[in-house]
Amino acid sequence: MKETPTSRLWEFHGGLRLEGHKALSNRTPVRPAPIPEELVLPLRQHIGAPARPVVEVGERVLRGQVIARPDGYVSTPVHASSSGEVVAIEDRPVPHPSGLDGPCIVIRTDGEDATVEPRPVALDGLDPTEIRNRLREAGLVGLGGAAFPTAVKLNPGPGRGTDLLVLNGAECEPYISCDDRLMRERPEQILAGARVMMQVVGAAHCLIGVEDNKPEAVESLQSALETDGGEDIEVLAIPSVYPTGAEKQLIKVLTGREVPTTGLPADVGVVCQNVGTAAAAARAVHGGEPLTSRIVTLTGHGLREPGNWEVRIGTPIRDLVACAGGYADTVGRLIMGGPMNGFALTSDAPPVVKATNCLLALPEAEVTKPADPMPCIRCGECARVCPASLLPQQLHWHIHGREFEKVQDYALFDCIECGCCDMVCPSHIPLTQYFRFGKSEIWAREQERKKADVARARHEFRQERLEREKREREARLAKKRAAVKKGAGKGSEDKKAAIQAARERARARKQAAEDPPAGDSGSE
Amino acid sequence: MLTAVAAFAGIALASGLLLGYAGVRFKTEGDPIVEQIDALLPQTQCGQCGYPGCRPYAEAIAAGDADINRCPPGGEATIENLADLLGVEPKPLDPEAGEEKPPEVAWIDEDVCIGCTKCIQACPVDAILGAPKQMHTILEDECTGCELCVDPCPVDCIHMVPLEGDIEHWKWPAPDVTPGLEIARLQEGRQSA
Repeated sequence: MKETPTSRLWEFHGGLRLEGHKALSNRTPVRPAPIPEELVLPLRQHIGAPARPVVEVGERVLRGQVIARPDGYVSTPVHASSSGEVVAIEDRPVPHPSGLDGPCIVIRTDGEDATVEPRPVALDGLDPTEIRNRLREAGLVGLGGAAFPTAVKLNPGPGRGTDLLVLNGAECEPYISCDDRLMRERPEQILAGARVMMQVVGAAHCLIGVEDNKPEAVESLQSALETDGGEDIEVLAIPSVYPTGAEKQLIKVLTGREVPTTGLPADVGVVCQNVGTAAAAARAVHGGEPLTSRIVTLTGHGLREPGNWEVRIGTPIRDLVACAGGYADTVGRLIMGGPMNGFALTSDAPPVVKATNCLLALPEAEVTKPADPMPCIRCGECARVCPASLLPQQLHWHIHGREFEKVQDYALFDCIECGCCDMVCPSHIPLTQYFRFGKSEIWAREQERKKADVARARHEFRQERLEREKREREARLAKKRAAVKKGAGKGSEDKKAAIQAARERARARKQAAEDPPAGDSGSE
Repeated sequence: MLTAVAAFAGIALASGLLLGYAGVRFKTEGDPIVEQIDALLPQTQCGQCGYPGCRPYAEAIAAGDADINRCPPGGEATIENLADLLGVEPKPLDPEAGEEKPPEVAWIDEDVCIGCTKCIQACPVDAILGAPKQMHTILEDECTGCELCVDPCPVDCIHMVPLEGDIEHWKWPAPDVTPGLEIARLQEGRQSA
């Protein structure tokens, strides 16, 4: 029995219909980007602890070789994305909203692109833990932009039964088309990746959600499914409402299940992954290849030839811009990610990282200048469009007054920073900026409090130790003093006897030295 | 009359016994207000307040011997929190205690260190690793930035380095909108309208 897809879709609260601007970049197939002269691989390309380098300057490395190991559970390794020589391990500009430098491994490529022997495995009968370890060793993170370690996300923990895998092919943010091209060109890889992930989490079904503004992608996946004949995977075209590609919103649209506040999709029996991550998972297991490249959309009227490229992780953005024909004369801003969720780069020196799904160059004329904010007039538009059903005006009010305890009553951490409220605010209040500020401030205070607790415990322990050492020293002294006092008479007798004995010994030795044995003199 | 007196005496006695029992049964360990004050202090253990550590300062505040504005590492935020807790007016940081600075950690120039252990003895949180005539090093994660190790060093090899400025400690800045500015702009708008 086949249901018509649209009859069983749900809706999430709010959202906006945005102009897609997808045609700018999605008309040409994915092209391979050339190997750059220098690869810059940041040690932190994922959420969690930075990886630890395991190579030294001067070492020759191959494509796919591990050059940094994960440090802790929520961490991933970094692989060399082409062969060459490690020339530096140092701080370099990394793509980050701060514009600051971060630790990187720099490789000068030799152009040979020599690869380590891939180690494919057969999926049949493979234990979920083994697959997870493989994905972890392959350096897999969520390629939709959040870069959360995939192996961790595929481990919902005991007691959480997962019956459904959701693959996110919504790509709801304007301009971005890397997932669109992937779904059109490599649908078999996505299906294979879905099966890998289903085996890991024990899900019997998989839903792939694709926005209906990508009919070619839907068609391509569907025809691949037909050839494959599997009934366990279904492709659904969903309405193009931003941000339907956000995890909780997509799950709502596809299943009607609502992920609880501060909860995870696993709480409602779902694991959600990006289609790009699924394709990379298939390559990691079936192909035995680690993650060393990804598809990146280069788009915007600030570039001469927008399109999609298969890019080695670590390729400097500057080199990639050259692939896209260079900047147009009017370029005004370079953004990593999309126009809604991305952040402006301060330079094009940083490299492409695992999370780089799009580089958007906007011409000067399209850069929205922050209008002067006016006071909130309580119109409620922001609450109407908020896909997380929050009250942005209330959150703004409390963050503005630095009342961070109250903010948490309004579930600030459920905000997905989609930017819908900013767009509709008639007073041009930079709401998302407020929420990002509020979140990082609360986070920093929490860290400070934890650090203070540790310092208090260490200080108290030290005080206790000093106290104990003092007590012990005093006890030792008291014991000695008592011994001296008690043995005053007897002790001196013993001492005299000991001195006497030592004298005897010394005299005997002296005598022995004065008359040497006869045998010795005879030999001379 | 007598019955009334007897009844009241009886009630008084019973209540007294009950209170006495409750006092023993539900005895609180330590002074809860000291705990609450201590929880708000940054635990730098630097002694800039004039007391040998955060807890002694908390005790002094609780006893009414010390003012709430003598903690430079905590700065304005701590003063506000203390004022909230104790129901008093916040006041500016006492310049006598020191000034508020961005967070720092100590760093040992290992080429210069002679291994005298003087800094180890000064560190209030055991954040320095080393032994006599062995090079010392700071456990950066445990260092509170109290600066107590800087003065005892006979070769001046300990330097304070700012923590801010690296990517791990970066925070999203506050939007550049102050309430005053908004209102001023509104008024400007009215005038020109």
